[in-house]
Amino acid sequence: MRKRITKFLEKIIESLLLISGTFTSVIVLLIILFLFKEGAGLFTNTPMEKGNVVALNKANQVNELTPAQFKNIFDQKIKTWKEVGGSSDSIKLFRVDDIASFYTEDQIGSNFEHLGACINDHISKTPNIIAFFPTEYAATGFQGKLVKLKNITIGSFITDKEWFPTAQPVAQFGVLSLILGTLWVSFAAILFALPLGLATAIYLAEIADSRVRNILKPLIELLAGIPSVVYGFFGLVVIVPLIKTIFNLDVGETALAGSIILGIMALPTIITVSEDALRTTPRAMKEASLALGASKWQTIYKVSIPYSASGITAGAILGIGRAIGETMAVLMCTGNAAVIPHTLLQPVRTIPATIAAELGEAAQGGLHYKALFALGCILFIITFFINLAVEMISSKHRGGKHI
Amino acid sequence: MKQPDHLKVRKKKQRNQRLAFVSFGIISFSMVAILVVILSFILYHGFHVISWDFITKMPEDGMTKGGIYPAIIGTLYLVAGSMLFAFPIGVMSGIYINEYAKDGMLKRFIKMMTNNLAGVPSIVFGLFGMSLFVNKLKFGDSILAGSLTLGLLALPVVIRTTEEALKAIDNSFRIGSLALGATKWQTTRRVVMPMAFPNVITGLILSIGRVSGETAPILFTVAAYFLPKLPHSIFDKVMALPYHLYVIATSGTNIEASRGMAYGTALVLIMLVLIANLLANALRRYFSKKVKMN
Repeated sequence: MRKRITKFLEKIIESLLLISGTFTSVIVLLIILFLFKEGAGLFTNTPMEKGNVVALNKANQVNELTPAQFKNIFDQKIKTWKEVGGSSDSIKLFRVDDIASFYTEDQIGSNFEHLGACINDHISKTPNIIAFFPTEYAATGFQGKLVKLKNITIGSFITDKEWFPTAQPVAQFGVLSLILGTLWVSFAAILFALPLGLATAIYLAEIADSRVRNILKPLIELLAGIPSVVYGFFGLVVIVPLIKTIFNLDVGETALAGSIILGIMALPTIITVSEDALRTTPRAMKEASLALGASKWQTIYKVSIPYSASGITAGAILGIGRAIGETMAVLMCTGNAAVIPHTLLQPVRTIPATIAAELGEAAQGGLHYKALFALGCILFIITFFINLAVEMISSKHRGGKHI
Repeated sequence: MKQPDHLKVRKKKQRNQRLAFVSFGIISFSMVAILVVILSFILYHGFHVISWDFITKMPEDGMTKGGIYPAIIGTLYLVAGSMLFAFPIGVMSGIYINEYAKDGMLKRFIKMMTNNLAGVPSIVFGLFGMSLFVNKLKFGDSILAGSLTLGLLALPVVIRTTEEALKAIDNSFRIGSLALGATKWQTTRRVVMPMAFPNVITGLILSIGRVSGETAPILFTVAAYFLPKLPHSIFDKVMALPYHLYVIATSGTNIEASRGMAYGTALVLIMLVLIANLLANALRRYFSKKVKMN
């Protein structure tokens, strides 16, 4: 009897443990579910501000416009209907505020009671007009043609360069400049962190005696423990002014400042992973090299480094992953201008910084809110593949050890 | 007299080696120099700001004067809340992966997902916490939502350290216990866990250090810009140290005037993390000595 109870309890405990074991998997799946569900909303809703319409004259052949086309028309970058698939006539812009230059105050009415009729009249009279006004004025007997604004597509989301989430009349959600900004800053960070990190890893794994190592290692791990907001603060009060004076810039908040801080933050990751990889080099291999008359340094760069190359690569990729996902330090140091950077001395804006800076202001459930979740999806996908790559590289490494 | 060739080669070899070793040594020590520069910079500017009043008073005058008491308390609440959630689940998960799970697809999948969760950027945790805890479960911006979000972030750390701690225990202990007729759970609870306990605690302390400094996950789940009172329930907003530092460093009402406060806050935050790290290291060393002596 007692034996059976014990057995029963064992089973319960085991299933409890199983449940907690699968907890992380459930969380990852939930993250995917929530992020993608919210993010997908961006592509199924019209980017038009609610309560507004865009109307053309009935004779116009154009029926649909993309958000980017629409914005370019109102920015007067597109000047003829031909560029959006219509006749070759030039486009005439019309906003509600313009009404006063076409009709007298008497015609509109003192309380704007005839505004709708005036707009209607104006649209039907002007063949090449594009008008943007509140929906209520297009109610009954409207003679213009309402234009359908195309939904944002995944393609345009990724390849458009303009990120103006609160722009009027149509918000622009193009993330190319944000993606490029993120990659710029991260790769620049790794470019300077990798050689330094690798040198340190080699020193710790192969050169330093254990006494020095026991002092250095915990200190470098401490570097990983400093909160990112403190790094950001340090960057803001030290590195940003420094860059401003050295390069004689107007603002010091640049991609370079972000890269330096990110590089410092990625160092511990690179050092730890590379050092672990270097340590897996079999002693016999190193001794064989030394016995053949190679110096210690020759052994390091001809035997240890090639042997642990995949582990070092994993460290570098992991470092890039950390840099791409880093939020606070970048937010505080890079100036956050949503433009495609051409040099490291320009302000840039990264994906995480955009989310952190804008989510607080975006109305819940609105298009801006959904666009930020879509950005989160991109970030998640990037880091997911980085993790996958690291996993594959390091499992290959483990497999190769027994040969 | 001309030197023989092989001597020349050897000399060159030695010179190269010395050059490489010295420069690598210099680089390694400059890594530590970075740490020293950052720490001493914050210490130098923050030291004279810190006083008893700074730690125990409410912020005043648009956060340019007074103290950071509510932020300290807020961070303590968040750390406690997240650990209450992440520690039991993390340890149980670690036990499952190392002691119970059989090698195979499921174990590989679970390990992969745990690694994946560890690699998810902290801002994505913030997004997730906001959409699940704040909006879907209607916790609002609250300690509860913030703690759960931070707990999720700490989970992989706890799992990994538990796993490492369990892995380090020699299999003969388990076999011995099982041979004496103990069940698997009895073995785990009475033999394996007590031995792994110090390292598990080390993991706990490390994740406390990590959680107390995180900003991005609490931006949209709990953190209050300015709230000079203490929370009454787990559904209240709180101020938190890292967010407070971010706010007064970048968007306070008077950034120049609150610089001193920012240095002080940064110092308190760093101290918190440093103490956690040093404590973890000391514990690790203490227990590893003890185990060796036995």
